[in-house]
Amino acid sequence: MTEDTFLKVRDLKIGATAYPPGEPPKWIEIVHGVSLDLEKGKVLGLIGESGAGKSTIGLAAMGYGRGGVEISGGEVWINGRDILSGSPRELRRLRGSEVTYVSQSAAASFNPAKKIMEQVIEASVRHGKFSRSEAEKRAVSLFDKLGLPDPETIGERYPHQVSGGQLQRAMTAMALCPQPDLVVFDEPTTALDVTTQIDVLKAIKEAIADTGVAAIYITHDLAVVAQVADDIMVLRMGEKVEYGSTEQIINAPQEEYTRALVSVRSISHEEKPPTNEPLLSVQNVTARYRGTNFDVLHDVSVDVHPGQTLAVVGESGSGKSTLARVITGLLPPRDGMIEFSGRTLSPTLAGRTREDLRELQMIYQMADVAMNPRHTVGTIIGRPLEFYFGLKGAEKKKRVKELLDEIEMGDGFLDRYPAELSGGQKQRVCIARALAAKPKLIICDEVTSALDPLVADGILKLLLNLQKREDVAYLFITHDIATVRAIADSIAVMYQGRVQRYGAKSTVLSPPFDDYTDLLLSSVPEMKLGWLEEVIETRRMTSAGN
Amino acid sequence: MKNIPVAAMLGLLFTGLYFLAAIFAPLLAPYGMAQIVGDVWEPSSSRHWLGTDSIGRDLLSRMIYGGRTTIFIATAATLLSFLTGSVLGLIAAVIGGWVDQFLSRFIDLIMSIPTLIFALVILSVMPVTIPILILVMGLLDSTRVYRLARAVAVDINVMDFVEAAKLRGEGRIWVIFREILPNALSPLIAEMGLRFIFAVLFVSTLSFLGLGVQPPQADWGGIVKENKDGIVYGIPAALIPAIAIATLAISVNLVADWVLNRTTSLKGGRG
Repeated sequence: MTEDTFLKVRDLKIGATAYPPGEPPKWIEIVHGVSLDLEKGKVLGLIGESGAGKSTIGLAAMGYGRGGVEISGGEVWINGRDILSGSPRELRRLRGSEVTYVSQSAAASFNPAKKIMEQVIEASVRHGKFSRSEAEKRAVSLFDKLGLPDPETIGERYPHQVSGGQLQRAMTAMALCPQPDLVVFDEPTTALDVTTQIDVLKAIKEAIADTGVAAIYITHDLAVVAQVADDIMVLRMGEKVEYGSTEQIINAPQEEYTRALVSVRSISHEEKPPTNEPLLSVQNVTARYRGTNFDVLHDVSVDVHPGQTLAVVGESGSGKSTLARVITGLLPPRDGMIEFSGRTLSPTLAGRTREDLRELQMIYQMADVAMNPRHTVGTIIGRPLEFYFGLKGAEKKKRVKELLDEIEMGDGFLDRYPAELSGGQKQRVCIARALAAKPKLIICDEVTSALDPLVADGILKLLLNLQKREDVAYLFITHDIATVRAIADSIAVMYQGRVQRYGAKSTVLSPPFDDYTDLLLSSVPEMKLGWLEEVIETRRMTSAGN
Repeated sequence: MKNIPVAAMLGLLFTGLYFLAAIFAPLLAPYGMAQIVGDVWEPSSSRHWLGTDSIGRDLLSRMIYGGRTTIFIATAATLLSFLTGSVLGLIAAVIGGWVDQFLSRFIDLIMSIPTLIFALVILSVMPVTIPILILVMGLLDSTRVYRLARAVAVDINVMDFVEAAKLRGEGRIWVIFREILPNALSPLIAEMGLRFIFAVLFVSTLSFLGLGVQPPQADWGGIVKENKDGIVYGIPAALIPAIAIATLAISVNLVADWVLNRTTSLKGGRG
């Protein structure tokens, strides 16, 4: 061990007790002997899909196992001490002082009843590192360094009085305040909009460089980690896949799995020309939620052509999902009308015919709450068949099996419950449920946002194949430009409830851009080194959430 | 049915024992319910296992018949309260708007009057028969079930799968009984055990106060009332029904806990 190797993990094994339904509890190992080294001032990226064990390893660096998780073997050395053999008292001294942690959701991690400043300096004061006034001074300088507005006074606000991106930066300040030797960043930008992510990412990167701490940066997005990390470890199912410098992983990946991660979103889709008769025509729609006094949608007009995909993009709060609610009839518009299949749709759900409902289906972002947890896959897919076409018994079962084949899942899933499916499988079942109605249009509301990149890729491919086969149109709501590039025929960019830019994919995605589209397009992390600096330098507008 | 925890096993055993005794009371009881067979407050003997009561009836027979009455009334009242409470609660949650407002405020109104006093008032002006007793207890208890069912259903009603069903065009009946009810069942079942016990205590209280089951019909609360004077003379006859009520309460709760644990972990349903 050299002097510089400040964090040394050797053959780390972590396990947990699993409770499979109907079986006695059993011990399973979730991390199988991982080793890593980290020098002072360096950043190590841990990357992998959900369940890869990346957060578990990150927390183990603080000697902590979350919710029933136990570190069962191996060694974690920090500054030449094996912390796993430390007493609770020693661990307490370590955590929040030498090693700190930044979690994914700052909004859920801050105490809403206390002011930001009080929480940011708490650990430093508790551990006796600084006096109260020293810590406050330090916090203000960190706020400034992290690019928070009004660094002198922002600490006096409560967590709900600042935006999500700002709160995430305040949490980074909290982690850096006690001058730790190691900071564990656990998906700090995953819950943020792309345009906000960029600012937080920049702030974190600069703060790490300025303070010279070592950091572990956990994420599922290789493009993001490529911007901040010096070394990257690719993990899969608790095992190391590849471990090397960032440059090597991005430019010359050795393993098959890493190559797949690097080349994710390589789907290409030839744009189709618009037809004369749009399938869905939203005309001058203005809408607001009941009990509020401002419009969420202003004069929105878009068309979806039969068998084609319209992508609606924008950051959160831009009105994308509200548009979907208006089209489905869940939120009657104040003004404007919607034509579908050559007929005018009733503004309310109750006024629509069963045929209207059948031809317009919807797929949700969170597949696990979009399915009744007490229904089997067979019931979930079978119900639309029974409801719209009156299919029963063997006939229904046969069609359900056909649909399961279409979504590339076998009929072995018929009697499974949603909780027994993986994230990707759940979304596939939701797709099958929508397809069962033989719709003309499917509204896809962020259907891939909650999925791991490789799984999302599979879902997009499936949707494209189904479009070819069934000639179904999609209205695809997303905040991810990469997804849009992959599947859209036409694009509507939404900003603050208005359609900012609308047209065929090739036109919308080629310059000249308006400022917002430029910001949105440039904010999507690219799989190359030095991208972050490039963007910060060239962009024309900062994000709305800033 | 393997792997039942010891506590649940005990609960099942006692609950089962009491319910069996209630069902087969005429076969099990050594003497008639109101038959005078001996002296006043005889101690326990081989002829009278639990002794005799304040007017010389066999206490074991009274206990068995009394259990039958108490458990029957409590069960019927619980079922009634669950039927009305959960159906109204789910309807209020799904329909919302003024229906929800009207039902909820009406229930609030009833709940603002202490249950026992409300029941005493009603029973003092009505003929006290078992059907009336069940009706009064069931309806008063249904307010609590309504509150719970509505609270649980309001949460479920805003979930995407319910919205998906509404977008499909499903009617309210399907939404209530197929989408919401299965997911609301586990808290409701746990509550059912609790409410059953409250019903047992409630009917016993009423009988003790003389407004419940009327003599010579036996019930546990009544037996306490009839024998309470004996306590002054060191005669434990009044304690026996009290012990029965306590053990029944504990064992039903043990079973309800176990059911709740099972149904929530089953197939990973809502927690």
